[in-house]
Amino acid sequence: MLKFVLRRLLHTVPVLFGISILSFGLLSIAPGDPAEILLRSGGIQPSEEEIVAVRAEMGLDKPIYVQYGLWLWRLLHLDLGISYSSGRPVISELLDRFPATIALAASAVTILLIIALPLGVASAKYPGSWIDIFGRILTLISASMPGFWIGLLFIYYGAVRLKLFPVTGMDGFSSVWLPALTLGFGMCGTYIRLIRAGMLEALRQSYVRSVRARGIKESVIVGSHALRNAFLPVLTLFGVQCGHLLGGSVVVETIFAWPGIGKYAIDAIFMKDYIVIQGYVLLMALIVVAVNFLVDIGYTLLDPRIRLGKSL
Amino acid sequence: MKRKTISWRAVSLWTGGSLVALAVCVGIFAPYLTPSDPLLINLDIRLSPPSLHYPLGTDQMGRCVLSRLIMGTRTSLFYSMLALGAALSISVPLGLLAGFAGGRTDRFIMRTIDMLLAFPSLILSIAITGLLGPSLANLLLAFVLVWWAGYARIVRGIVMQIKEKDFIMAARSSGGSPTQIVLRHILPNAARPMLVLASLEIGTIMLSISGLSFLGLGSQPPTPEWGVMLNDSRPYMQTIPRLMLYPGLAIMTVTIGFNLLGEGLRKRDRIET
Repeated sequence: MLKFVLRRLLHTVPVLFGISILSFGLLSIAPGDPAEILLRSGGIQPSEEEIVAVRAEMGLDKPIYVQYGLWLWRLLHLDLGISYSSGRPVISELLDRFPATIALAASAVTILLIIALPLGVASAKYPGSWIDIFGRILTLISASMPGFWIGLLFIYYGAVRLKLFPVTGMDGFSSVWLPALTLGFGMCGTYIRLIRAGMLEALRQSYVRSVRARGIKESVIVGSHALRNAFLPVLTLFGVQCGHLLGGSVVVETIFAWPGIGKYAIDAIFMKDYIVIQGYVLLMALIVVAVNFLVDIGYTLLDPRIRLGKSL
Repeated sequence: MKRKTISWRAVSLWTGGSLVALAVCVGIFAPYLTPSDPLLINLDIRLSPPSLHYPLGTDQMGRCVLSRLIMGTRTSLFYSMLALGAALSISVPLGLLAGFAGGRTDRFIMRTIDMLLAFPSLILSIAITGLLGPSLANLLLAFVLVWWAGYARIVRGIVMQIKEKDFIMAARSSGGSPTQIVLRHILPNAARPMLVLASLEIGTIMLSISGLSFLGLGSQPPTPEWGVMLNDSRPYMQTIPRLMLYPGLAIMTVTIGFNLLGEGLRKRDRIET
């Protein structure tokens, strides 16, 4: 197992390298000279000498690979630079808002599973029934409804008309549910379909027939034997879709004024705080890599055949 | 006794096809269908309820909502297709090259693709648009820069499958040059699955473009665009909810159309994704 983890860890090295190159290069597409932008953010017109001095201080006069090296060195020391607009380190700005985004994402995944799991299982158990048709329609709607519109509709019906939830912002525990529902609903379609397909496949297997022949209760067969196998592709999908989850949270956080990193990134765009945008993209990519790493490890825990590889 | 089941494939093909055809017609003939000028501001009649002259009422600037929705169909469809077309023009040649040439070329292209795909696509598009400066042109550029990668990988997969077929071997042994084989034998056979898979993407692209426009990163007011219209309607959500209802319904209907059509086509051609 340790060997597998190490080997998998080694696989992430080239990915991390690619991520660092692209994140570093990203800043160069922004218009204007970073030194000048930094000086202007103080509200004064900088002189030519001042710009040259700051350029030297920021290392912008050095060759590009030296700049990359310096940037990477600082990155390894968790230094993502200083935000132009707030004057604080980008890393602490991002980490301050991180818990809010994680809380939102975790609640969204919970809601997602509450919707998708029973519907996916029931659609596979009774294909062609009304619940299967309902699942299909829900899948289509969830894939076709824009997240920002779902959000507005939930605010209107849930908060304005029925007054079930606070409208926006972070005001205690209950305020997470409306944004989480928006995020979770938008993603549940793919999961319903995948769980259904996985269950259909699993219920056809011979081991299901054999436990059924042994007179095991149907609920145990479906809930334990088949579901465990149907869950493997769901785990993979979670790894693949974790980027979508983070992307979707940008929109949802903006609509609900949820104080997470997605909203912070959008605010940074309108304040032309380029270094924050760079830090944000980098952090998101690292999260996706980390989640996929954990998914692969979890996969081997659920299915030992992968861990043991060819020796089986 | 066998119960007659509904053919989902036919249902999705026909429903999706009709919705898409309708949307395309509305998009093409938009200027002839609008009851009034979608950009004409008339503050005297702002936020007025539906009437004979303004079938869906007017918005916060007194502009005709129906006319803006109709013109919005054109904006959304046109820019989604433009983005898809531009992305395809990068991904198809590169995918063909990687899949057919193999070796070092393939590895180089694939490493570039992997690097791009390591980032969540929506977040990378948002960041590129943000760095270039929010505008529709920059948004489209960002989309093309991000989206070609995933599609090029799919094209490569399709090409590698076809490459193993006997008729390619026959073409090779009868002395066909690599260019000839790619253009005359591989491309025509790969075109169909490529187009079907591309049609599955249009819905997603449309949702993303209108989503980013909603955030203020894409189309800018006063362009009649659905995402922008939805964002404009937010201050009036409590008083005049119908303003946010229409653009959302429009986006959803067209996206459902594209999703159903793509899904139907995919099942008909038995293409695995």
